[in-house]
Amino acid sequence: MNQPLSYWQTFSIVLMRDLKVAVRNKGDVFNPLIFFVIVITLFPLGIGPEGNTLTRIAPGIIWVAALLSALLSLERLFKNDYSDGSLEQMLLSPQPLFIMVFAKVLAHWILTGIPIILAAPLLALLLQLETNAYGAMLATLALGTPILSLIGAIGVALTVGIKKGGVLLSLLILPLYIPVLIFATGAIEAAALGLPYSGHLAIIAALLVGALTLAPFAIGAALRVSTN
Amino acid sequence: MHFANFNDFIDMGGYAFFVWLSYGCAFFLIISLTVVSVRRRKSLLREIQSKQQRDEKLKQLRKGKNSNEPKT
Amino acid sequence: MWKWLHPYAKPERSYQLASTLLPWFSVLSITTLLIGIIWALGFAPVDYQQGESYRIIYVHVPAATLSMSVYMAMATAALVSMVWQLKLADAAAAAMAPIGAVLTTIALITGAAWGKPMWGTWWVWDARLTSELILLFLYLGIIALHNAFDDKVLAGRAAGILTLVGVVNIPIIKYSVEWWNTLHQGATISKLDKPSMSTDMLLPLLVNILGFVLMIGAITLIRFRNEVIARNAMRPWVKELIAKELK
Repeated sequence: MNQPLSYWQTFSIVLMRDLKVAVRNKGDVFNPLIFFVIVITLFPLGIGPEGNTLTRIAPGIIWVAALLSALLSLERLFKNDYSDGSLEQMLLSPQPLFIMVFAKVLAHWILTGIPIILAAPLLALLLQLETNAYGAMLATLALGTPILSLIGAIGVALTVGIKKGGVLLSLLILPLYIPVLIFATGAIEAAALGLPYSGHLAIIAALLVGALTLAPFAIGAALRVSTN
Repeated sequence: MHFANFNDFIDMGGYAFFVWLSYGCAFFLIISLTVVSVRRRKSLLREIQSKQQRDEKLKQLRKGKNSNEPKT
Repeated sequence: MWKWLHPYAKPERSYQLASTLLPWFSVLSITTLLIGIIWALGFAPVDYQQGESYRIIYVHVPAATLSMSVYMAMATAALVSMVWQLKLADAAAAAMAPIGAVLTTIALITGAAWGKPMWGTWWVWDARLTSELILLFLYLGIIALHNAFDDKVLAGRAAGILTLVGVVNIPIIKYSVEWWNTLHQGATISKLDKPSMSTDMLLPLLVNILGFVLMIGAITLIRFRNEVIARNAMRPWVKELIAKELK
């Protein structure tokens, strides 16, 4: 007789499956990253190459680009699973939805958040970010991008059953990203001025903890509505 | 009455444009929301009515067919 | 204790209740608003600092404060519909979303029209105006999500989840915007909240707020009836209603 899967096994199976699927279609991993790079290079072209201006707006540009590329990559989080029916199977399975949702969001973050964090120092170089702000930038991205994946997943779960969900998704999600944007850029600016920024990081961490605990429930409820 | 005459009232101490813009916009938005909401009821009822009539017709057609069938 | 409430879970009963309440709300709101606005425009004393332009607050403040309350009412309705599976609460929430969006728009327009003579520009990134703008985005998102579903019941549930997610986020957004505002501009002088307002200025404001509340109630009732009809199109009582109203 089959042993029922433990929570940990469920979690790792879903996670590995999502990673494997993404590795097979490499575009899924690289397109958001390329988008991130292109958006950031557009800003100096649009604003002008003066170093001072770029230095001042670099934190904002990097974070807005991160928001947009997260948004762009979100749609595929549940889309394929929804259209081939495996999402419904997940909802029907005896394992708690919380864990599976969690694994999927983590997979999304590994595939889109981590590449952005890795590419950010290079792009910050292009934008001539203050040298002492690099640590703050990496820290805010490391704490902030998981929040983007978690909150974004709520929006995707709500819109997955809708035909043209793309624009709608951005309308639903971007306003909810505002606190992360504000505190993250605030931290980077504080670091650039040589001020302490641990307070900002603490707030972002608090937002992350809040999102970690509450978002999976919202995602689960939204998925149940969408697959109805 | 706070204002001495009607012209003073319209002029609003030189702020006429801003004051009347605010009140005008608010009035316009609220009235249009109300009108849209009230009209929606009528159009909704009509939509449902035409749908019911369509269903009714379909039912009659089907009934007509069924009663014809034994003869043929 | 709550037994008397149970019959109103039936759409027909709620519809009838809404129909009986509607004339009262309409008449009361129109009279209160007429009194309040005439008082505010014609009889309230002038503000010695801002001149006559301060009369804008008699629309701005009710719209701004109530735009938030409408969101809270929507969130309450969404919670009720989730916890007790009460479909009518979704209808109420759906009825309120456009009203909230209109109130937020009014608050933004009047805020800008008041800011132009006071600050010299139509728009400043003041904490209150910014969070009001974000609130408008939240409302628009909820309305858009509601319209994206063909099935009204599903639309109501999806919009309910989004409303609750929004209500968790609103305090965070408000706090973060305030913090951002003080960081970038120093303390801005918010002239809209004068701590001490003289009574003859405050009274018309309170009358207007009451008028707005009644008006929101009336429009909610109108829209709530529409939502109930749309969700119960196949019921016999709707058929009777149609027979009675469209001959």
